Amino acid sequence: MALLNGILAQLLNGLRIGSIYALIALGYTMVYGIAKMINFAHGDIIMVGAYALYVFVSLLHVHPALAVVLTIGFCAVMGITIEKIAYKPLRNAQRLAVLITAIGVSYLLQNLALLIFKATPIPFGSIIRVPSITVGEITISGLTMVTLAVTAVVMVGLTLFVNHTKMGHSMLAVSEDQGAAKLMGINVDRTITITFAIGSALAAVAGILYISQYESLLPTLGALPGIKAFVAAVLGGIGSIPGAMIGGLVLGIIESMSKAYISTQLADAIVFSMLVVVLLLKPSGILGKLSIEKV
Amino acid sequence: MAMLEVNDLKVYYGVIQAIKGVSFQVNEGEVIALIGANGAGKTTILHTITGLLSPHSGSVVFEGTDITKVPAHKIVSLGMAHVPEGRRVFAQLSVLQNLMLGAFTRTDKNEIQESLEEVYKRFPRLAERKNQIAGTLSGGEQQMLAMGRALMSKPRIILMDEPSMGLSPILVNEIFDIIQSVSAGGTTVLLVEQNAKKALSIADRAYVLETGKIVLEGEASVLMNDDSIKKAYLGE
Ligand SMILES: Nc1ncnc2c1ncn2[C@@H]1O[C@H](COP(=O)(O)OP(=O)(O)O)[C@@H](O)[C@H]1O
Ligand SMILES: [Mg+2]
Repeated sequence: MALLNGILAQLLNGLRIGSIYALIALGYTMVYGIAKMINFAHGDIIMVGAYALYVFVSLLHVHPALAVVLTIGFCAVMGITIEKIAYKPLRNAQRLAVLITAIGVSYLLQNLALLIFKATPIPFGSIIRVPSITVGEITISGLTMVTLAVTAVVMVGLTLFVNHTKMGHSMLAVSEDQGAAKLMGINVDRTITITFAIGSALAAVAGILYISQYESLLPTLGALPGIKAFVAAVLGGIGSIPGAMIGGLVLGIIESMSKAYISTQLADAIVFSMLVVVLLLKPSGILGKLSIEKV
Repeated sequence: MAMLEVNDLKVYYGVIQAIKGVSFQVNEGEVIALIGANGAGKTTILHTITGLLSPHSGSVVFEGTDITKVPAHKIVSLGMAHVPEGRRVFAQLSVLQNLMLGAFTRTDKNEIQESLEEVYKRFPRLAERKNQIAGTLSGGEQQMLAMGRALMSKPRIILMDEPSMGLSPILVNEIFDIIQSVSAGGTTVLLVEQNAKKALSIADRAYVLETGKIVLEGEASVLMNDDSIKKAYLGE
């Protein structure tokens, strides 16, 4: 019984951290699907979100609920701005040029944060104050419940948006064939802008949840969850929205199980070797698209 | 004044000139065929007309408006639809979703519904398969979907790029019957084909393209009996 409870507790842990990976992975996968680029600065939007929340709550004393909204808005605008300034001029450039630019943007964001907030970690207590509940012998923390609930709402909302709205359909069309989408009257540039806004807003949500868990701000805090979420996106099948969700959750669970039952030090290595294994077995990822072409 | 005028169009891919000064006109109500061998530049011309490519020089005038610099996504709402080479349906979306994307720029829900009924009437097979994922349709069905999708924008002119490519003779006949009936319904047609025989059989006039230049033009019925055409394109 104790073993079972232990596993259940680790499963919840895994789902909590996996939710955060999933939220970030959605941004990677959507931007990849629409703009065909890996936005390596995406992880740093989490950091921007965490610092923005800190500024609003601790320095400007804005009500936490409003601060959350402002943080999401700030990151969305940030994503749009980065796309306009750094990526849009490279729309027809080589992929390598875009990739290097994205890495440059990532360093720029980290160093801006370093310049403004310095390298010393800033303690920042969680704004989520929900009491924990106990079911049987398992205690579920308020943070876990909020994280899972928020992620569930975001996933359902995003799925409905993409599959059942005109805007969502135009995103799917652009991700499949930009030229054909243009012939339908779809403004591809605008669609890309909206995708960056949504991806960055989701990264902000992830950043808020992440910082509520770690309670300490560092300019490089987005790097590790960012790279793991990228792994999650590839694991699930880059370009696939449900793939990113599943990839994130699976990764979180593997990570927390490895930490609990194998080795804390090896957990990250195990996570990354999972990627290698999956890509060897199924190069397009768990839900990767098989392109179907018929004559 | 012609409905669509292409004036001295020159188009490059990098340093390679694909179109070397092409001019032609399409009048309202006509079916115009643009024929030529593989690589002659037919697709390039259509892509330049609808803004997917920018010309080096020359102009495209549609209903009196210069559209040379109009971006591709603003063309369809002007009344021009383009059925691209290779169908290019959205493979992961359903037939219905593809058709609705054809009406992307339209707003009146009732009118869109009317157009949908019309398309279903013209292509009963699309109606039967409206919830099927487009990527799983046969080639002929995908061609019908691409045409139906274009018709969903209620175009005054429709540009079709090799609609018969890769289809069985029976399906080719079916597709050409549909093109004729679209034309009879009042839509002007610019038809690009390698299948010169079929294209000439339904066209009013035709232009013959060779390596980026128009080498011959005239009434379709006259071209069909032209000796050089017979030899080069009709396999006689
Ligand atoms: N994307 C491209 N890049 C470079 N050359 C191209 C490209 N597309 C077409 N071409 C060249 O331009 C010429 C015309 O091609 P295209 O318009 O596709 O001819 P068609 O449709 O008549 O078969 C060909 O020589 C082709 O090789
Ligand atoms: Mg062609």
